[in-house]
Amino acid sequence: MRVLKAYARSPAALIGSAILLALLVMGLGASWFYPNDPLGLAGRPLQWPGANPRFPLGTDPSGRDIAAQLFHGARISLLIGFVATSIAVVIGIAIGAVAGFYGGAIDTALMRLTEAFQTVPNFLLLLVLVAVFGSTLQTVTIAIGVVSWPPVARLTRAEFLSLRTREFVQACRIQGLGDVHLILREVLPNALPPVIVYASVVMAVAILLESALAFLQLSDPNVPSWGNLIGLGRSVLRTEWYVSAIPGFAILLTILGVSLVGQGLNDALNPRLAGGR
Amino acid sequence: MRVLRLALWRLAASLPTLLLILAGMFLLLQLAPGDTVDALMAQMGGGDAALAEDLRRFYGLDVGIAAQLWNYLMRLATLDLGFSAIYGKPVATVILERLPPTILLMAASLSFAFFFGLVLGVIAARRVNKWPDTLISTLGLIFYATPSFWFGLMAIVLFSVYLQWLPAGGFGDITQSYTGIAAVLDIAQHLVLPTFTLGLIFLAIYLRIMRASMLEVLSLDFVRTARAKGLSETRVVTKHVLRNAMLPMVTLIGLQAGTMLGGSVVVESVFALPGLGRLAYESVVQRDLNTLLGIVFVSALLVITINFLVDILYARLDPRIVSGS
Amino acid sequence: MTRLLVDRLTVRLPRGADRSNAIENVSLSVASGEILCVVGESGSGKSVTASAVMGLLAPGLAIAGGGMALSGEDLCALSPEAWRGVRGRRIAMVFQEPMTALNPLMNVGAQIGEMWRVHLGLDAAESRSRALAALREVNLPDPEGALRAFPHELSGGQRQRVMIAMALALEPEVLICDEPTTALDVTTQAQVLALIKDLQKRHGTAVLFITHDFGVVAEIADRVAVMRLGHVVEEGTAREVLTNPQHDYTRALLAAVPGLRAPEPRELSPDTVLEVRGLTKTYASRGLFRRRKPVRALDGVSMTLQRGSTLAVVGESGSGKSTLARCVVGLLGTDGGQVVIGGAPLPTNRRDAAQLVQMVFQDPYASLNPRRRVGAQVAQGPIAIGVPAAAAMAEARRLFTMVGLDAEAVDRFPHEFSGGQRQRIGIARALAMKPEVLVADEPVSALDVSVQAQVLALLRDLQDRLGLSILFITHDLRVAAQLCDVVAVMRNGVVEEAGPIQSVFAAPRSDYTRSLIEAIPGRALFSA
Repeated sequence: MRVLKAYARSPAALIGSAILLALLVMGLGASWFYPNDPLGLAGRPLQWPGANPRFPLGTDPSGRDIAAQLFHGARISLLIGFVATSIAVVIGIAIGAVAGFYGGAIDTALMRLTEAFQTVPNFLLLLVLVAVFGSTLQTVTIAIGVVSWPPVARLTRAEFLSLRTREFVQACRIQGLGDVHLILREVLPNALPPVIVYASVVMAVAILLESALAFLQLSDPNVPSWGNLIGLGRSVLRTEWYVSAIPGFAILLTILGVSLVGQGLNDALNPRLAGGR
Repeated sequence: MRVLRLALWRLAASLPTLLLILAGMFLLLQLAPGDTVDALMAQMGGGDAALAEDLRRFYGLDVGIAAQLWNYLMRLATLDLGFSAIYGKPVATVILERLPPTILLMAASLSFAFFFGLVLGVIAARRVNKWPDTLISTLGLIFYATPSFWFGLMAIVLFSVYLQWLPAGGFGDITQSYTGIAAVLDIAQHLVLPTFTLGLIFLAIYLRIMRASMLEVLSLDFVRTARAKGLSETRVVTKHVLRNAMLPMVTLIGLQAGTMLGGSVVVESVFALPGLGRLAYESVVQRDLNTLLGIVFVSALLVITINFLVDILYARLDPRIVSGS
Repeated sequence: MTRLLVDRLTVRLPRGADRSNAIENVSLSVASGEILCVVGESGSGKSVTASAVMGLLAPGLAIAGGGMALSGEDLCALSPEAWRGVRGRRIAMVFQEPMTALNPLMNVGAQIGEMWRVHLGLDAAESRSRALAALREVNLPDPEGALRAFPHELSGGQRQRVMIAMALALEPEVLICDEPTTALDVTTQAQVLALIKDLQKRHGTAVLFITHDFGVVAEIADRVAVMRLGHVVEEGTAREVLTNPQHDYTRALLAAVPGLRAPEPRELSPDTVLEVRGLTKTYASRGLFRRRKPVRALDGVSMTLQRGSTLAVVGESGSGKSTLARCVVGLLGTDGGQVVIGGAPLPTNRRDAAQLVQMVFQDPYASLNPRRRVGAQVAQGPIAIGVPAAAAMAEARRLFTMVGLDAEAVDRFPHEFSGGQRQRIGIARALAMKPEVLVADEPVSALDVSVQAQVLALLRDLQDRLGLSILFITHDLRVAAQLCDVVAVMRNGVVEEAGPIQSVFAAPRSDYTRSLIEAIPGRALFSA
């Protein structure tokens, strides 16, 4: 309750929540607002926004409605962001928790693995994964999750390392409680707040990764992704720059919303930093 | 000397990591449908099975996976990255040609992001919760949220198409053949927009961490001591706070070297820079997995090298590292 | 002459704090060559007073009334610029935490030299040679080496000497010491106190000395001011206040100071409940890059605890006493030797060991999980060994009443309790397992002196009622004297001396034990 109240008091959190809520409505209501296939031909190609009241945001080089793609794209971005983030957070917490709690050789081995993942540039690894497994919506989402977990693991590990030597955890050991209880009931709840805050960063990066992949035309070509549209707009950039500008602005707003929510969560969960220092 | 020895130790410790990466990558690529020979045959317009057999033997693809991995690692040890069927050159040669633009772009972006991140972060922390802080923090949020490729495109529209101040792409003017200073200036001009584009998000990240770290350090006991000594605020910040506050930022450079290299794939594609990132993109599109594997190897080496330099820098900043406490 | 005058000073707290003013109408004065001790428990406002005099109030605090004068000059009227010229040059300060009060990235010579460079504009060479002289004056071993050293290369006591050298660099009229010896070992504390007193006499400095420890007061104070909840409740010469306190609060505080009289010897049970046999523990150097000399934390330690009695293990930091406690409860593995409880070696299985030995921890804020109800934390141990949940919760309620808490408090979260109450919960948690041996690791060292006395009384009472056998770890001989039957003095992983507390106090056999006893602040006053 206290956390919720603190969250509601943060202006960043309110603006961020409003943006994300609007996107959610756009994404969920996309089929209702634009029941036709957003990737289907809608009208004359390259009509400027406002030129034709049927297409308030204009049409792209293939004559598809940009507004429709924007709405359906919101669904894709949020979906990929959410699922990929969940994958990354679950893998990251699992690896970080085990490494941090047990330490020693297990920690060394898991941290070598994490380092290996961080040494390969994540976007490059994403390219390799897409090259190997193809670029359907599922593979792209899973691939983004798989390249995004290392920072989560490092953060979780650091929290576990400091928490596992805390006196209350030692007290539980002495009480004879098992490792599963210690990890899940004692350490994890105390380690979670910074990880939850960091999840917003993971989500922002996931959305950016997908849009960058789509921009390079390496993502699923059969879904209306904002990145795809920006990529398509490149060919007409010198004259009809709005084709790239509009979806890019949508991405910017989305990341802004996610970041603001993250900042609000941080203010609410780490009250020490929130007050006027 | 102790600093160097420490950093060399860390470097040696990254060898197993490198090995892990190579083995993982190699096995991963075994999962890919089709191999180099398939790609080659497709480019030749098909051929019979006997030819494929010969080619497989030629490329060492006729033995088991473990043997192939072993051979691959052995060849890597002599810096032989194999042969690119697509480019018709050794992979090492292809990569070496593409390396300078990427290194130049990364160095420029890193310097840009580090310098302005530091300055803006310090200003924001000194004026915390006042308008300069609000302005800088908001700008940081927006920079962070801006997709780099989109920023690049919009910068091209504004600065190249409308204002015509800067070139829209390429690593140099191909219609001219400059030498000496003129060539340097030409390349610099071509790198301005890519540098901003790649550096923008890192600028945002650095300024945010610098601001937070400044605020953290400003609340520490030794800052109170420095104030109790009667030092001016300027001296407190420059002599006592700044160096301490820079440590997390320096750590971050090492951690994010890979992210920055990944970002250059997109940025080089936007600005048609003939760098490593664009090569990676091309080899994915052309399914030149041999080259892709070589790029991963070289990128990992690059990241490890950057981390080596960061380690030295960190140890120079923080005496506690060297004495190990 | 009066160097520092604080006149009816009031400092306002930010809105939403537990009271409106941090300090109210506080009046103090310190003359040159005099040490005024300001004594109080946490929340008394003594540190705020010091910050106000330095002009370094934390953000949110503001002076709401009254004034301060330095040698007759009104401090409140100074511009921030002028304040800066006064700080360090005319009023200097030494802080509590020697570990964090120095810049970790700057060498000691540069940090001290900064005083002359900034205030007098001397060049690097000159300020360096003056820094060297200053380090000599505070009796640092190897002053040349210390000049080049970074703070992490010095011990806590050495760092505090550096702080003192820095504070006295420009011969300030007033020196403020904010608990400068609280974080130090008792022998180091005695040396630092002697140093402050010696330097103060030689330079004729006026010293405002903040402390919570009446022993320290008895050691160095000329005059004493006792503070409580932002008010000065009593002021007078050290002799008056210590021997003939007027205010009830002062009397209560003085009564709570543990005396040095050993308790009357008791008949001890012949039954040995805990036996530590030749315990050895070495912290090996870890990792490839940080080669350190392996540290022998325990080097053949043996001791026995009789059933129903208390064995105190006394030692300074680095003596191995905490390592011993962790080995006895099985948190740490040993490299050699045995822990025998009730005749059998301590089982390696966590659940079996839990019913033999339990522990009470030092830090009341870190020893309870902030996110779980306290009752559940007490009951979870018995539940893990098969006690039905309802019975375990009922037992937890009973234990809560036994340790002096409301039975209904089991449903609350840790942050709703004070430090002393949390220590009571920690004791209830340990008792819930009905252990043979209770290990108490510095259970009162984080508490205010009056709360300390209550928790010690509780432990004594529980021992009488339940026949508890207690292994009591402490750095403070005075606390050990409160309830132990036998004492073992440890140093560098070795038991220096062990025996009944009465004989160890009366006739210590080891020089180290003797120096520990002699270093106890206020010994002369409180052993009388």
